[in-house]
Amino acid sequence: MHLPGLKLDLKGLPAPIPLSRGMVDAADWSAAALAVAECGGRLVALWGSDRRQGETGNFVISAAYAMQDGMIWLDLPLTGAQSGYPDISGIFSFAGRMQRATADLLGIHAENAADTRPWLNHGAWPVEHFPLRREVNGAACFDGRSLKDYPFVRVEGDGVHEIAVGPVHAGIIEPGHFRFSVVGEKVLRLEERLGYKHKGIEKRFEQLPASEGHRLAGRVSGDSTVAYAWAYCMALESAWNLQIPARASWLRALMLERERVANHLGDLGALGNDAAFSFGLAQFMCLKEDWLRLNKELFGHRFMMDKIIPGGVDVPLDAPLDAPGLARLVAQCELVEREVHQLRSIYDNHAGLQDRFITTGRVVPELAKQLGLTGFAARASGISHDLRVDFPISPYRELGVKAAFHRSGDVAARAKVRFEEILESLRLIRRMASGLPDGEQRVNPDKEMPAGFGAGRIEGWRGEIFVALEIGASDQGEQGNRILRCHCHDPSWQNWPVLEYAVIGNIVPDFPLINKSFNLSYSGPDL
Amino acid sequence: MNLSGLLSQFLAIMAALLLAPLLTGWVNQWRAWLQNRSGPGLLQPYRMLRKLFIKESVVAESASPLFRMAPYVAFGCMLLSCAIIPTLSTDLPLSPAADAIALVGLFAMARVFMALAAMDIGTAFGSLGARREMLIGFLAEPALLSVLFTASLISQSTALTEIVENLAHRDFVLYPSLAFAGIAFCLVSFAENARVPVDNPTTHLELTMIHEALILEYSGRHLALIEWAISLKLFAYSCIGLALFFPWGIAEAQAPVALILAIPAMLFKLAIGGFLLALIETLCAKMRIFRVPEFLATAFLMAVIGMLTHFLLGS
Repeated sequence: MHLPGLKLDLKGLPAPIPLSRGMVDAADWSAAALAVAECGGRLVALWGSDRRQGETGNFVISAAYAMQDGMIWLDLPLTGAQSGYPDISGIFSFAGRMQRATADLLGIHAENAADTRPWLNHGAWPVEHFPLRREVNGAACFDGRSLKDYPFVRVEGDGVHEIAVGPVHAGIIEPGHFRFSVVGEKVLRLEERLGYKHKGIEKRFEQLPASEGHRLAGRVSGDSTVAYAWAYCMALESAWNLQIPARASWLRALMLERERVANHLGDLGALGNDAAFSFGLAQFMCLKEDWLRLNKELFGHRFMMDKIIPGGVDVPLDAPLDAPGLARLVAQCELVEREVHQLRSIYDNHAGLQDRFITTGRVVPELAKQLGLTGFAARASGISHDLRVDFPISPYRELGVKAAFHRSGDVAARAKVRFEEILESLRLIRRMASGLPDGEQRVNPDKEMPAGFGAGRIEGWRGEIFVALEIGASDQGEQGNRILRCHCHDPSWQNWPVLEYAVIGNIVPDFPLINKSFNLSYSGPDL
Repeated sequence: MNLSGLLSQFLAIMAALLLAPLLTGWVNQWRAWLQNRSGPGLLQPYRMLRKLFIKESVVAESASPLFRMAPYVAFGCMLLSCAIIPTLSTDLPLSPAADAIALVGLFAMARVFMALAAMDIGTAFGSLGARREMLIGFLAEPALLSVLFTASLISQSTALTEIVENLAHRDFVLYPSLAFAGIAFCLVSFAENARVPVDNPTTHLELTMIHEALILEYSGRHLALIEWAISLKLFAYSCIGLALFFPWGIAEAQAPVALILAIPAMLFKLAIGGFLLALIETLCAKMRIFRVPEFLATAFLMAVIGMLTHFLLGS
């Protein structure tokens, strides 16, 4: 792997999805971003690390780029007193918020960035305090009195007024603040303010042994717990060059697809409900509940939390996950498939519902490409990225995945993609359940494993989930290897800014529908 | 005014007060059943009212007396409307107090007070809801008036009791004008009572709310009165509909036996009406807010066609 016009010393990491890692200097940092953009690549994640050790070492800013033939992970060490790095939000617009988050957490800034407002720091900690730095142990308490007004961008004009929504909403959803500038019912501008769910997860990772990090990763965003745990384990296994048994990867994929189906079912119901078609909600919720109950029976947890562990899976080897159990899985898939076909024809033929869905919240393919839309929302806007297709690992390699693809980019297209992904996942689950390989389903890593870097990429239901992991040397004691830095990247980082564009020109009462059609995570990009 | 008049007036008011929440519960129960859910039970609105009356009422610091007053005004308006609509009997001593035109005025007054109270607090949602509510109101009221005029033309009176007496107790005649008015009235009722497809009474999405946005800031007994007023309004509308288009079973003056028989007749008619409302609500999705003017324009047009039909057929 290489970038045209740049001499980079890239070293391949042993990962199921091709990945190279290398260092750049400040001059090459933005040149690399430009080269990636020019050859059709995209930025996946941007994060900072504190690699100071006493007098040596320094802060490092890292970026992960997705290319046609794999991923490139670039580190830029900030030497000496330098606390800034070149801004790349001009090349990848969504990098802006990641840069602002890094500034809040580590105190390293993108130089000459257009937007330098704080992002994650809402005043809960002082501006000169940086929670991710080595010397901070996370035990300090602040009175939170430094909470300041956040300067929203104001829209001026005749009849323009603002509507402030959240962070506390009338329904039971995650907290986020939305500031609409509207004329009458028409939205001129939407500005999001997120970061109400800061939990210090990235700091907590640094206090954990590497062999336990998967449990924390599985709690980054509860609706994607399988995807996060798998991405973390993939990162760990790539750092330690651990080969997992075939049965383990099949079971992991089985759980990932079940997670995808559960979320799509729930969201399709909620989409109907947001258009006051509560019939849809009741039917889809019924399907989802049965789905989750079978999860509980077969895997031991409704959301399959903590079922993916380093080296394999932690699910029963025999009953209830034996032949009769797998047969129940298949039978349930067939039942759900019939129901989903029926509900789909109800949704498709409902004039009132389609009137609300079609042309609402449109993200045209050009805009989607420019803003770096990712995940299933991108597949509804003419961008056909799907890790299961682009870099198929076992069992996707054997089974083959047909990615959904639509171009109209409105709520209707996102609903269509969800329907198609449910049906494709049901097919995959059936194939996986019938062809599940026998044998071991976990290997145990040794107590003392080497230090190193690893990365994992998984196509979660919302989009690509990426985990970058830096593991320290074993301390020869009880704990084994420690995590030096673990960055979990949620696709919502990319898609939240797109939502701001999707809603422009729509009317205010359509926002909940548009928002639900993306259903982004508030927790995932706020660690 | 005599004793039987007082009795039928008293019965009409008590029936409205007591049965209105039951009608709401009935509609909600059918909505749940039609969605394959088990539903909260018929008595849920009463439990809700009891809970809200017991709870403390929290009022925003910036609230003016108008904010506290509005729930009582709204409740009073709805109660008076229920008192002048011939639900059980046409012998209502209060009915000379307000005719069909004043009835529309009563609904409008409640609406204006609720909208003012919503703006009084100064939250974005209150103003948003008030704006949308007035948009619907100014389109729905003329349509409702036209419906009532169509019925008035037949009986040459704007007093509701006389209209109903005329329709119910004369020889059976088919009025084509009333068919158009009936369609118009159904459309207006959905808009005025904040039901799907115009508004969604069960939504939790602040940005989509119309009527719910007005009452977001209310709690405790104020909210209880408003909820009760909403139930009364649905009851009043259902009764207007039944009185104008299915008036059979409503008692005349000096007819105590008919008055007793009028109660099961009304319950039967309301039960069917409530079921049909739930059915339509289940089948429909909420329309975009800018389709509401088209929807209500259709209602107005229908009502006007009803009036024209009356003159064309020279009845």
